Amino acid sequence: MKRIAALALSLLTAVSLLAGCGQKSPADQRKAKNEIAVGIAQDLGSSLDPRSLASAGAREVLFNVFEGLYKPTSSGDFVPALATDCQVTDEGKTYTFTLREGVKFHNGKAMTADDVVFTFKSYAESSTDSNLKAALGAMADVKADGNKVVVTLTEANSDFMAYVASIHVIPSDYAEQETKPVGTGPFRYESRSVQESIVLVRNDDYYGTKAKVSKVTYKIYETGTALVTALAGGAVDIVAHMTEQQVKGLSKDYTVLEGTMNLVQALYLNNAEGPLADVRVRQALCYAVDVQNMLDLTAGGHGTRVGSSIYPAFKKYFDASLADAYPHDVAKAKDLLKQAGYENGFDLVITVPGNYTNHVDTAVVLASQLKEAGVNATVQEVEWNTWLKDVYQGKKYQATVVGFDASMLTAGAMLNRFVSGSSKNISNFASAEYDALIAEASSITDDARRTECYRAAEKILSDEAANVYLQDMADFVAIRSTLDGYHFYPLYVMDLSTVGYK
Amino acid sequence: MRYVLKKLAVMLATLLVLSFLSFAAFEMIGDPVTTILGTNATPEAVAELRAELGLDRSLFVRYFEWLGRFVTGDFGTSYIYRLPVKGMLGEKLVNTLVLTLMGFALAVVISIPLGVVSARNEGRWLDRFLTVFNQIVMAIPSFFVAILLMVVFGLVLRLFTPGTFVSYKDSPGAFLIYMLFPAISIALPRVAMTEKMLRTSILEEMQKNYVRTAYARGMSRRTAMKAHALKNAMLPVITFLAVGAAEMLAGSIVIEQIFSVPGIGRLLMVSIGQRDVPVVEAIIMILAVWVMLVHFISEILSEAFDPRMRS
Repeated sequence: MKRIAALALSLLTAVSLLAGCGQKSPADQRKAKNEIAVGIAQDLGSSLDPRSLASAGAREVLFNVFEGLYKPTSSGDFVPALATDCQVTDEGKTYTFTLREGVKFHNGKAMTADDVVFTFKSYAESSTDSNLKAALGAMADVKADGNKVVVTLTEANSDFMAYVASIHVIPSDYAEQETKPVGTGPFRYESRSVQESIVLVRNDDYYGTKAKVSKVTYKIYETGTALVTALAGGAVDIVAHMTEQQVKGLSKDYTVLEGTMNLVQALYLNNAEGPLADVRVRQALCYAVDVQNMLDLTAGGHGTRVGSSIYPAFKKYFDASLADAYPHDVAKAKDLLKQAGYENGFDLVITVPGNYTNHVDTAVVLASQLKEAGVNATVQEVEWNTWLKDVYQGKKYQATVVGFDASMLTAGAMLNRFVSGSSKNISNFASAEYDALIAEASSITDDARRTECYRAAEKILSDEAANVYLQDMADFVAIRSTLDGYHFYPLYVMDLSTVGYK
Repeated sequence: MRYVLKKLAVMLATLLVLSFLSFAAFEMIGDPVTTILGTNATPEAVAELRAELGLDRSLFVRYFEWLGRFVTGDFGTSYIYRLPVKGMLGEKLVNTLVLTLMGFALAVVISIPLGVVSARNEGRWLDRFLTVFNQIVMAIPSFFVAILLMVVFGLVLRLFTPGTFVSYKDSPGAFLIYMLFPAISIALPRVAMTEKMLRTSILEEMQKNYVRTAYARGMSRRTAMKAHALKNAMLPVITFLAVGAAEMLAGSIVIEQIFSVPGIGRLLMVSIGQRDVPVVEAIIMILAVWVMLVHFISEILSEAFDPRMRS
């Protein structure tokens, strides 16, 4: 017996020693090979086809593989990518793109105007994104003309460039996009292993500035603990979307960058539900909530307050003054509740998807703030799929805390959902004036008037207290100190082509 | 023979009920279509995918179709990844089995000698130390042991890098080294309980008449323990370890997530979240078969140790 114990112990020591010595750390090994590893919180879905990318996580990764005729920049503009030029004629109804010469797909094939025409037609037919599909529904014709592609719309749409930027050009004669995606971007897709990793390698034929690192491995860690320890142990070099708590404990091997999540976090209210149907009750909730206090408690004061369904990266449309429309005032909240006939308060259930720690934390703070104003608020955590089914699709809820982002840089992507009767109108918000403004904004070409419409629509959401608007959350990115070149985008993407070792 | 057949029939009935219950549970909590297509999906795309996955048909039709395939060894196709479930499980199943067996082996190799040593030194400082140590280890849940091990051996002593799992196909050595620490976290709470149990069991046996007879024949306490008491004392321990082996597989679900080991436990958690029913069904069946198998083996072992049970 003693011998067995001794053997076990010595084996254990030997193995530990073997593991410990004579090796470079994984981070140094990667540096030597000019590779990086990025930690992400969930795997991509079955299909990597750009026409059916549903999750924000998938778009974030494949942003490096695909490109449109134009592409968004980190400052929110659109610059020529696969096109070199675009001329808009016929009162905004005709777009003529001149294609870039010498662009090659990752499978070696040269990009032609026919590929671009195929891409536009194919997106119009089979894109699973409802916003994009609606915009392309207004496309009367798309045709190749030598090295040019001419797109004709039935009516002008001045957001059209944003849609063009999210239409990723793919080869017309390639059938394996779902499993082996082929695009034109700075990285090409190499391989994936279910729930473990996704590998991209540098596209050495890229027409523009080539990527700095030669290979990117995305590693999947479903739990926050696993992600943070992977970072601390050196298994990954970059992790985005971290919380203030998580980055606080990181060693000096990492630089922490702060950006914004580009979403609107709010206490979304079901405007068709009991007491919440009364605008005074909704306004009372707005007054009862102390957003700054919530930011202090949940994120060490980080985050940008917003007052409507537009986040600050939409510089043209964002109205910062709306964030102060309802200053914290418990007496006023109580007064409004009294006017509405709820002087003894009412019961409010806040349903939150439990996998989003940020939103759960926020909901807990809000519930205690609402109690001060006499509203008996309780937090109910549900699983993500249950949330989708009951809250998002079924609209069987009173209030919820989540964040809505924009899949492309159009004000419509944020505001269209609150049009009455829209299936995505989570708040059941109904305002004829609002509907008219949104309809006008999406059909006219005069940019100044459009901006006016969107800003007016934004103000209606605030005046009517459609929801208790909170913030655009701070987005912390931990990046190994030996790396630089990371840029934040006003969209949920991660551009790795500019990241490299110093 | 009749006994074995009866046993098998009970096993099959259990599997049947279990598979139907887990199938029906998903009926109540929704399908994976929204997870796959996202919140911006067009209604046509939703309907089309639902039809493609066959989710527009009734629960019973789907269940019996699944069952029909399952009995022929076809585990179906994952809703989320559109890959054959069998292929997805392959390597992950090996990882989990290695983890569980390593944990089990560690538990046996460490706890049995310790139990004997503790019983032999009853009341002395070594025994007291082990008793206190056991109490502490038993009080700590294995996921916390896992986090502690990871911090101490991974981040402070740097004996391994958390999150850098290596497949056994790439490097069996590195694979085993990485698996050692999760295996220890699964084994440790078991070690404590088994050791305590064996110690008590041995000491009880030592009070019995046959041991007194052995003393009378001039045997030393040590020999009597080794030759007579130990074998009898092992009986309850074997049953306990068998239950342990079943629980270890369940415990690995949590440990795999902490150590980022791509095993079936981690796959199960993610698949439940994504409503990937074919994957969940396959894993639940594997877990059920494993639990039954382990209990079956423990019965055979108990018979080997105690001839009275053979009748």
